[in-house]
Amino acid sequence: MTAHLVFDEPDKRNRLDAMAQEVVGRPIDRSEGALKVSGRAVYAAEQATSLWSEKRAECLYGVFVRATVPLGRVASLASGEARAVPGVLEVLQDPRLVRHPAQGMARKSPPQDLSEVTYFGQPLALVVAESFEAAREAARLVRVEYETSAEAELDPAQAPSELPEKKQSAQGDLEAALREAAVSLDASYSTPSMAAAAMEPHAALAWWEGDRVTLCGAYQMVSQNAEELADALGIAPGKVRVLSPFIGGGFGSKLGIAPEAVAAAVAARTLGRPVMVTLARQQEFEIAHRRSETGQRVRLALDADGRLTGIGHEARVSNLAGESFSEPVQQATHFTYRGENRQIRHEVARVNLTCAGSVRAPGEAVGVTIFEMALDELAEKAGLDPLELRLRNIPEEDPETDKPFTSHMLAEALRDGADRFGWSDRRAPGERRQGEWLLGMGMASAVRVNMLHKARVRVTLTGEGARVESSMTDIGTGTYTILTQIVAEMLGLAPDRVRTILGDTDLPEGSGSGGSIGAASNGSAAFLACEEIRRQIAAQMGCPEEELTLKDGRATCGNRTRDLAELVTEPLSAEGHFEPGKALKGVRSSTWGAHFAEVAVNEITGEVRVRRMLGVFAAGRILNEKTARSQCLGGMTFGIGMALMEEMVHDRRFGQVVSRDLANYHIPAHADVPALEVHFLEERDSYGGTLQAKGIGELGICGSGAAVINAIHNACGVRVRDLPATPDKVLEGLCALGR
Amino acid sequence: MKTTLTINGEPREIEAEARVTLLDALRHEIGLTGTKKGCDHGQCGACTVIVDGRRINSCLTLLCTQEGAEVVTVEGLGEPGRLSALQEAFLAQDGFQCGYCTPGQICSATAMIEEAAKGWPSWVSESLEGEAVLSREEISERMSGNLCRCACYPNIVDAIAKVAEARMAEAAE
Repeated sequence: MTAHLVFDEPDKRNRLDAMAQEVVGRPIDRSEGALKVSGRAVYAAEQATSLWSEKRAECLYGVFVRATVPLGRVASLASGEARAVPGVLEVLQDPRLVRHPAQGMARKSPPQDLSEVTYFGQPLALVVAESFEAAREAARLVRVEYETSAEAELDPAQAPSELPEKKQSAQGDLEAALREAAVSLDASYSTPSMAAAAMEPHAALAWWEGDRVTLCGAYQMVSQNAEELADALGIAPGKVRVLSPFIGGGFGSKLGIAPEAVAAAVAARTLGRPVMVTLARQQEFEIAHRRSETGQRVRLALDADGRLTGIGHEARVSNLAGESFSEPVQQATHFTYRGENRQIRHEVARVNLTCAGSVRAPGEAVGVTIFEMALDELAEKAGLDPLELRLRNIPEEDPETDKPFTSHMLAEALRDGADRFGWSDRRAPGERRQGEWLLGMGMASAVRVNMLHKARVRVTLTGEGARVESSMTDIGTGTYTILTQIVAEMLGLAPDRVRTILGDTDLPEGSGSGGSIGAASNGSAAFLACEEIRRQIAAQMGCPEEELTLKDGRATCGNRTRDLAELVTEPLSAEGHFEPGKALKGVRSSTWGAHFAEVAVNEITGEVRVRRMLGVFAAGRILNEKTARSQCLGGMTFGIGMALMEEMVHDRRFGQVVSRDLANYHIPAHADVPALEVHFLEERDSYGGTLQAKGIGELGICGSGAAVINAIHNACGVRVRDLPATPDKVLEGLCALGR
Repeated sequence: MKTTLTINGEPREIEAEARVTLLDALRHEIGLTGTKKGCDHGQCGACTVIVDGRRINSCLTLLCTQEGAEVVTVEGLGEPGRLSALQEAFLAQDGFQCGYCTPGQICSATAMIEEAAKGWPSWVSESLEGEAVLSREEISERMSGNLCRCACYPNIVDAIAKVAEARMAEAAE
């Protein structure tokens, strides 16, 4: 039985609030947690051991041979020496292998033909051997010669560029608004390439049974990935099964099928044995999608009352030729603040660098951060409190389309955060000091567009409990736990009687994890399935579904109560099928929040330490306060990294990534992160599917870096406009100020 | 070549090439995949195991150098239904999300608490001698070799602080 809902109307019923089990929202522990803390959760590269302990010896290992030039054609690839290494079975060159990962939701293969080199580090061939060590050794012995006819484009600032028509917009007259403004700002900023750097590198294990291939991979969207893999292999999508029950973090880097998966599948077919290909950390930095660097120019016009009359936001980003994805820097600029005169310019440079793609909160992560830094500068010029500047410029409706907001919680988040943080204690730059450390506070708005996606989830109720099944994934976000909670709530079961099975394309097609769509989309599908099962139980009990109470394994209608165990003699199963419809067409849906940070800047060394940080967030119904909070902690910490340390350095001569490991690409460590505080605002958004919930996985990173950068200025008076604010830049600013 | 050692209390004899790391031996030869490979260069800490009571990066350790060693991995610390105090605390405090760095964090913290109980100082300790008190700052400093990209750091520190407090009270008795 399928319960299908096309989401054409907002759902104002708040049905979850009428349920009796009272588990949704509660901060319960992760349902898969015991497996993770005891090392029993099985990730992609480990399936060989777990699925085939008796056949482990059959598994072969593949290591890529990769390009050492950023552009050219492979003239020859000599594999004689490599093949002579004991244990080496094959040096595989195959037209099906792919150059780089597919973009999220592509549902088709990324570019093939490895003889064309488009970036440094691109896979060219796969060495397959009996052991990982032999394959690694042999891969270094393959000799490749290249022909080059053109100069590689390695500098995003200088490379030829395009202005995609759909990504430009303008209304009113920004130039006039700037001329007439009481206060105006025209400032340029930059952010470097950044890496998702999930802790688990890409890994794939593939084997064939007849004409059907099974891939154990590290993927966020397995149903889409199965289609992408099938397209690359030239077989029907039904012949591919992808398994990703546990994924060691994604942050966008595991959205689309990537070279290691296609290579493992082709090699397994060629050699007739299971093949495992894992990326080394250095390969991860060069092959997985990077977040594009950005050059941004923000122009702002403010009237004498502190109201924005003009907003200009220009961005220059980069990607490989032919890639339609470009970091959507201005995604939230369109609607966050008021102003009649607006202009968005979006330029894409075509380069021969690692393919750019989605990394946690593509667009807002860097766009909101820079815009919120610019607002801080404008507030200073206008002599306004930065908090007050934002409060004065919250629009009533989408300022470009006049569409109403489905909910607007920015003002409340700003006020609530300011109170909790003690914003009123903020002083002028240089006024707070502890020895050689200068202290300061900064703030920023948080905003991230909210999206829904089609999703299917099957729920089966037996006398023992319930089973929840979907190809949806849990990349650390908490999906296992929240789906368990939703079903436990709807069917009146203790959470430990609900078993959630995810990450298998043989199950109904979930949305996959990406763009913060997971909880609301798949949660809505699980809700629909449960609603159908409740109707069946209600029919047996002889009452309408709305009057049925399910709690602790018992069904109650009026004055009649029965145990589910005796009522459900045959399994009751339903598939929930949720599809976004017209409901979201005429409205603007977003999540909201506010960031506050306090930093200490060392006057002598320019070092910046984050002392404390608060995030206040509103994202509709919070399904599990514990896992939601952790998502926000993670996002805020990404912001600390963006503000202070993260930078992928590309060599401008040869195109390789210089900072290609975790010793050179710095992500925040324990000592960089103080005890962060997170607070949620209670909210129900009827446009957030059947749960009145919105995504929370990316909101925490949107603007958090700006709060840190703005706090640096408040501490010591230095404006850093080129992220990250490393000590050398802060020190240069301090020297310029004569400190 | 042959290496004889003890893993999680069990005597093992492993036949492997000299260039095989302890990490790869655990994962590929023994099938103990709880120990994770995050960077293979000693930069992330996901592969941390306890050898003869001390935490080490198993990716920077060749198996053949561990003749006679006593190795404890995350699997040896506890299992579902019989978790160690730290494993329980990580679960309760949500000291992980994706779970990939978690075995390394837990092995590292298990040994770190013992280091502090012995009075070993760290970079941020007030004094090189006397008791080592595991404040938030001390825990963060001592755990900074274990990266977590999901960034559950505040929760991890909470979990460790809870267990360390009990351990310190025990050591004081």
